[in-house]
Amino acid sequence: MIDTMTGTRIDKAPGALLELHGLRKAFGALQATDGVDLTVMPGEIHALIGPNGAGKSTLIAQIAGDLKPDAGRVALLGRDVIGWSVAARARRGLGRTFQVSSLAVEFSVLRNVMLAVQARATGAFGFWAPVRRDEGLRTEALGVLDRVRLTPRAEAPVSALSHGERRLLDVALALALRPKLLLLDEPMAGLGPEGTRDLTAFLASLKQEAGMLLVEHDMDAVFALADRISVLVYGRIIASGTVAEIRASAAVREAYLGDHLHAKNAGGA
Amino acid sequence: MSAAFLIEQLLNGVQLGVMLFLMAAGLTLVFGVMGLINLAHGSLFMLGAFFCAWIAGQTGSFWLGLGGGFLAAAAAGALVEIVVIRRLYDRDHLDQVLATFALILIFSELARWVFGDRPLYLDVPELLSGAVPLPGGGRYPAYRLAIIGVGLLTAAGLYLLIARTRLGMQIRAGESDREMIGALGVDIRTLYTAVFALGAALAGLAGGMVGALQSVQVGMGEPVLILAFVVIIIGGIGSIKGALLGAILVGVTDTLGRVFLPQFFGLFLPTSEATSVGSSLAAMAIYLLMAVVLAWRPKGLFPLDA
Amino acid sequence: MPEFNRETLVNAVLALALLIAPLIAVFLGEPFYVALASRVATLALAGVGLNLALGTGGMVSFGHAAFFGLGGYVAGIAALHAFEGTTFIAWPFEIGGSEHMIVIWLVAMAVAGGAALAIGAISLRTTGVYFIMITLAFAQMIYYFAISLPTYGGEDGLSIYLRSGLPGIEAEDPLSFFLVCYALLLGALFLMHRLVDSRFGAALQCARMNPQRLATLGIAPFPVKLTAFTLSAMVTGLAGALFAELNGFVSPAMLSWHRSGEIIIFVILGGVGRLFGPLAGAALFILLESFIGGWTDRWQLVLGLILLAVVLFARGGVIGLLAGKARHD
Repeated sequence: MIDTMTGTRIDKAPGALLELHGLRKAFGALQATDGVDLTVMPGEIHALIGPNGAGKSTLIAQIAGDLKPDAGRVALLGRDVIGWSVAARARRGLGRTFQVSSLAVEFSVLRNVMLAVQARATGAFGFWAPVRRDEGLRTEALGVLDRVRLTPRAEAPVSALSHGERRLLDVALALALRPKLLLLDEPMAGLGPEGTRDLTAFLASLKQEAGMLLVEHDMDAVFALADRISVLVYGRIIASGTVAEIRASAAVREAYLGDHLHAKNAGGA
Repeated sequence: MSAAFLIEQLLNGVQLGVMLFLMAAGLTLVFGVMGLINLAHGSLFMLGAFFCAWIAGQTGSFWLGLGGGFLAAAAAGALVEIVVIRRLYDRDHLDQVLATFALILIFSELARWVFGDRPLYLDVPELLSGAVPLPGGGRYPAYRLAIIGVGLLTAAGLYLLIARTRLGMQIRAGESDREMIGALGVDIRTLYTAVFALGAALAGLAGGMVGALQSVQVGMGEPVLILAFVVIIIGGIGSIKGALLGAILVGVTDTLGRVFLPQFFGLFLPTSEATSVGSSLAAMAIYLLMAVVLAWRPKGLFPLDA
Repeated sequence: MPEFNRETLVNAVLALALLIAPLIAVFLGEPFYVALASRVATLALAGVGLNLALGTGGMVSFGHAAFFGLGGYVAGIAALHAFEGTTFIAWPFEIGGSEHMIVIWLVAMAVAGGAALAIGAISLRTTGVYFIMITLAFAQMIYYFAISLPTYGGEDGLSIYLRSGLPGIEAEDPLSFFLVCYALLLGALFLMHRLVDSRFGAALQCARMNPQRLATLGIAPFPVKLTAFTLSAMVTGLAGALFAELNGFVSPAMLSWHRSGEIIIFVILGGVGRLFGPLAGAALFILLESFIGGWTDRWQLVLGLILLAVVLFARGGVIGLLAGKARHD
């Protein structure tokens, strides 16, 4: 990452897909993000866990571009993206899923994915050719749907989808962008055990394609998927390491794992 | 241009502002508590004016007329809320705009039907028909001063209502979390009807008072409605404090603009052009004011969700 | 080829009815109805413009009369200067009047589009109630500006003494003028149809349904909406120019917020977001105005009641009633 002021390289982690450096954000007296450093390397799943109120949503918002940090750096594939819009970050290679799936509700499943493919391939300013009959878009969109196994539901309106199917569509939309980095906001939330298992297996299969920052409450999924785990408490990363290291850490257990059983069943943020 | 003249124009601006406040307060309360835009608010102003003029004409008493206009507007507000408005709370803003626009058409035609096409005239009450001496020489109509007085009293009364009474507490709670107050056992339906009727009553009061300054006719509410919208955008939708400040700003800007802009341009343009440029700018002045305020504070001066 | 479904059938019937009615009127020697049909066509065109912004884009513009009126004033001013032989501005280069329809149309669309770019650039940074009121406020600003221009009629408006011409068309003849308006209307409808079905249309619809989703896909909603708003204004501006020519008159009333409300009414009565909605709505509105209006002065009361009923109970409008719910796939 190039320091925009001095022009020198300042990354601690060259080649990182995502690098957060000294991120701070306050709301009045509440320091929601208190000096966060974090990296996601290619081919890894980096999980972010923490108790309720730790500031995970605020952190996600700063990475995604919904919130501007007070201080610190957010670098996507080596570029400082502070001040970049949500759309610009997506074009840079950031794919995102939402805790409550964010879909174009009047369109069918297929049209949703076609829009995503369109966004990646050509953008918005084509005024003449009918988009629904674009074979290239269709084929690619069907391909993506196939990967998440939603092809049978291609023509269904979004309103007819089950919760799990909506989640898969959300993931498909992110995938259609061919992202380098996936920001996953509690993807397992609201899924039953079978859904969680399927999605966990699917995410594992994506590792080589896109690094992931997985923000999640479901500890089984986290332990199954994560290469590294960081623990966020009151806006700070109190521990960061491998699954084994985090499991063994007394500090983490005290701060978080003590009430993880309640959090898992509640499924809230 | 004397000090007396300036003071007189300033007072006119404040009087216009205070009247706009009465309109804007109702609009902003309804939006803050129920999330509803009500284009028919101007019609309630007109209704208050018509009833005031008609009752005053029948009984010979301005005061009875004013009271009657106030009550009639409140009753009409409550009725409209129960029959139409309450179906709109869950709808999107477009539906609310259209439905209340439809109400404007309906009210205007009904008024024309009942009261006829010709304007009604309302006389300033005897008690207030004199003029009051101002500092710097000059005299100012007592009636206009009384309007300012009523407006400021109403602002104080609204403040007390909202800050100190149970109804006010419910209103404040409703503004911050609509779903919660239902869950807490407040009778939402009655609360909403009460808030709407209160706003309507204020509009009717304004209408009745203004009726003595200009003639009472169908359509008189519409320019006032637009100004009231500008006021609440400037003041911050949902804020009574914002409505007061915004209303005074708009009233003074509009009044002083109309008087002084042509004169200002007369300093370096020939008179006829100065008048036309000056008047155009004056008419646009409050919209320019609104644009400036929004550029600085996109949600108005005192937005509810700062 | 468009797919053959109920909506296409309804659209075809509407288009045909609008064409046949004035032809029959001419045959029966009742030229008044030809002017009425032109009125429907031009108001429908105004609604077609608004429908792009409102129906497809979800932008509730309560100031579209500004574009309608600007188009009208372009026609009026062009006619005035052509008639008097004077110029509109003499510096830095001369701009005089014009008698050529196409020139007037292009200028009307350019002026309306330019105004929309400016208004949209500011207004589209807001949403919801703020957007509605700000568009209203900007239109009011232009309205008051028009009233204060004595050169162009001020409050009383401007008469248009000569109708502009199109080569090969006898524009003064009501039926010929109607056919010009009708052709433009159908042309606009065709272009709208392609636009809504295009990539731009898909992005615009998503900007309406879920702007956050559009952004996370890499398309910023603001430029999409601004483009749609501008295109929408250009179509409404063209309609304004035609309307002014039809009536031989332009006044600030074309810029009033009542007019903005009326244009929204056509779109809603017909069915918001439906391609032929504005045509159905404008036709219904004009029928009410002419027939009930001829019978009682209270026709606005009837209009108000119908509008209220549509908003509360029949949200899909006329097209919704006749052709069922819109299918987006």
